[in-house]
Amino acid sequence: MAAYIKSILVGTWSLIAGLAITLRFVFKPVVTCQYPHAVPKIPDRYRGHIDFVYDPATCSHKCIVCGMCQKTCPSGCISLEGEKLEGAKKKTLSVYQLNFTTCSLCGLCVEACPTGALTFSKEYNLAGFDEKEYHFDLIKRLQERP
Amino acid sequence: MNAEYQLPEDECFVLNLGPQHPSTHGVARIKLTLDGEYICKAEPVLGYIHRMHEKMAENRTWPQFFPNTGRLDYLHALAYNQNYACLVERALAIEVPERAEYIRVITTELNRIASHMVWYGAFVLDLGGFTPLLYTFDDREQILDLLESVTGSRLTFSYFRFGGVPNDIDDDFIAGTKTFISRMRERIKMYHALITKNVILINRLKDIGFIPAEMCRKYGASGPVARGAGIDYDVRRNEPYSIYDRFEFEIPVYHEADSMARYMVRMDEILQSLRIIEQAIATLPAGPIMADKVPKLIRPPKGDYYHAVETARGRLGMRAVSDGSAIPWRLKLRTPCFSNMLIFGEACRGMLLADAVALFGSLDLVIPDVDK
Repeated sequence: MAAYIKSILVGTWSLIAGLAITLRFVFKPVVTCQYPHAVPKIPDRYRGHIDFVYDPATCSHKCIVCGMCQKTCPSGCISLEGEKLEGAKKKTLSVYQLNFTTCSLCGLCVEACPTGALTFSKEYNLAGFDEKEYHFDLIKRLQERP
Repeated sequence: MNAEYQLPEDECFVLNLGPQHPSTHGVARIKLTLDGEYICKAEPVLGYIHRMHEKMAENRTWPQFFPNTGRLDYLHALAYNQNYACLVERALAIEVPERAEYIRVITTELNRIASHMVWYGAFVLDLGGFTPLLYTFDDREQILDLLESVTGSRLTFSYFRFGGVPNDIDDDFIAGTKTFISRMRERIKMYHALITKNVILINRLKDIGFIPAEMCRKYGASGPVARGAGIDYDVRRNEPYSIYDRFEFEIPVYHEADSMARYMVRMDEILQSLRIIEQAIATLPAGPIMADKVPKLIRPPKGDYYHAVETARGRLGMRAVSDGSAIPWRLKLRTPCFSNMLIFGEACRGMLLADAVALFGSLDLVIPDVDK
């Protein structure tokens, strides 16, 4: 009998102690980020989708159309084409499409690039209604960038 | 329930728990045969999220399989990354620099705590307590912020590479980790006062959901499930890999074999992980983070390779067979959750349905890891 009463008392006390802890949390500062009123801080190494690096020397990208990114991509989401302009020795990039719907953001393409032409964007607001919104034209994105 | 009395099968009630049930944490389906509220038979049905990871490995080059490893057990992705990196490094006989090994240990242990925090919140949620989930996710958020600053990702890290790590850790990360360690020690005390001592939790877990050591051996269960049954086995100590043999830490073992024992094993493991991180940070050497002689094209020599690590859920083994080409000939994954889940069918026999849900939660299953 004594053990039974003791178990009731100990049990009740454990519930009161638990409630006291949760009550203390009520007066502590808010820990959640108040999005969209406050914007989260995106770290420098954040791996968003890929983007071209702006090269001030050529006022363009650094891509040499070697196709390493395309070969190294596990999901095959990069497609690029180059064309030989008249008088030029090497190919120049004409199409660079990223199919973001199959990209798994592993970053292998960025590491594979011999000229460091690729980087990660810091974009995270990527909600949309249509699949086509996620077929990024990286050349166009670079030209539109301020 | 009277063990000798069994209803004839056509008088039992068949209930599908899952694949869309909140307590199954994913797409696990359990076909239950019930006598009233008591379970006569339980059959786990697997394969709802089967993605052919083993077959996918045979269709891509060795580095291209890296993102896949983090998607098996997404809660402890870094251990899977580490195992795959160690496996290929063993095949190629690459020596990983000291600093890279330390970074791997620090980040993997942080990820282990984050994984346990998700389990903790979800487990107590299964038992009907909602508030702790918010506290544990607050702690997990601190870890994810730290890991995001190093790896660039919050869940599927794919951070390690063959021969080391691509990004070095900085002083901010180390300072943040130190703050986190002292914070987490205080929080664990709070969790014990709030949850472990709670009379409802004790009554739901103590002496319920037995998984004895023999059953663990029969099904090949590992990790906290085996350690809660008194089996003193942890790959980090029994087959030391990386640099785990340099650190002082204990393997928590409980002999009660009930749901409470498995709960306590995980709680103690968090403290041990904090100890490992603390020691690793104190002795972190300077130096390179990538090995010099990593070939550009990964072609492991012909042969059969195996490597195992301890993840938050148990022993993860990967066996790779290489025919000397740039694509694996075969990659076999021995995932801990697969063995731990199959135990459920036998362990829950004769239990109340509500207790079986508590038992299921105490196994800490990640369903993509079961289905591969």
